[in-house]
Amino acid sequence: MDVRQLQRQWIDLISALFREGFLDAQFTQLQQLQDESNPDFVVEVVTLFFEDSERLLNDLCNVLSQQVVDFNRVDAHVHQLKGSSASIGAQRVKNVCISFRNCCEERNLEGCFGCLQQVKQEYSLVKGKLEALFGLEQQIVAAGGSLPMM
Amino acid sequence: MAVASEAPFHVLAVDDSLIDRKLIERLLKTSSFQVTTVESGSKALEFLGLREDLERPSSATSCQHEIEVNLVITDYCMPEMSGYDLLKKIKESSAFKDIPVVIMSSENVPARINRCLEEGAEEFLLKPVKLSDMNKLRPHILKGKSKEDQQRSNSNNTIDFSTINSGSRNNKRKANEEGLSPERTRPRFSNNSTNSLTVL
Repeated sequence: MDVRQLQRQWIDLISALFREGFLDAQFTQLQQLQDESNPDFVVEVVTLFFEDSERLLNDLCNVLSQQVVDFNRVDAHVHQLKGSSASIGAQRVKNVCISFRNCCEERNLEGCFGCLQQVKQEYSLVKGKLEALFGLEQQIVAAGGSLPMM
Repeated sequence: MAVASEAPFHVLAVDDSLIDRKLIERLLKTSSFQVTTVESGSKALEFLGLREDLERPSSATSCQHEIEVNLVITDYCMPEMSGYDLLKKIKESSAFKDIPVVIMSSENVPARINRCLEEGAEEFLLKPVKLSDMNKLRPHILKGKSKEDQQRSNSNNTIDFSTINSGSRNNKRKANEEGLSPERTRPRFSNNSTNSLTVL
């Protein structure tokens, strides 16, 4: 596939990610912080987000499967997940975290379970899309091209 | 103490989240600041050379031996020591109280914001922090610098009263409003009640 075509795919994909609300303006901020001296900044930070999220989602499953659920601990984990999703612009994950925290505050266990399922789903969706985006970037660079300016 | 005017301003950034440390580091570096990041309030105090057991009232000694920090930017919500606690510790220190402190928080809670500003924070930034927020930092550093220079020239021809006044800190907001600190320029031989500003 030639570079032009890859670049067009990249633009289509990232435009869809913004349009469908997976990403917000904070992701653009990350892109702006990437330059020749830090060519992998976005991938680095997003990879940290993946690691962080997987650890937190695991912890959340554990805390919510206890007989007596410690809502403060649930809230602390969700607070962290909300923070890191906001920091990379993973808007839909962040939005579920906001509902999740409300359920915690109301001590609504059913609601918390629902939010956990939702946030897991949103997380794996955005992870898949971002990995596809980074895959395209690698192909573009391998083909001698550069990333289009957004 | 000579300050190289060419040198970039040095910012100490404090956040328990690795993602946010990476982000703030890049934001600050992109905006031409020199950056040191640490993951907790106690690490920040350690970096400044400020520990309760070691704190000396004489500002001159500690300032010269540590790397100069021109601004501290800290997350609010951190385990053990919050950003608010860190702010208080810095403002309570005779040696470091003039370092501008900026607080970042993901939650827009007016009471929290007011509490921080009352305690002497220069600015409250909502997270996630953006490139445009970085423009707000330099004025606080420059404001602090001119105050420092003023104090420095004052203490050249007077006795350094900072040792005498090391216990007084509650008049700092008043001092900030006036643009220079009366506690450095006017000797106050007071007292136990640090809550009142003694006007001589």
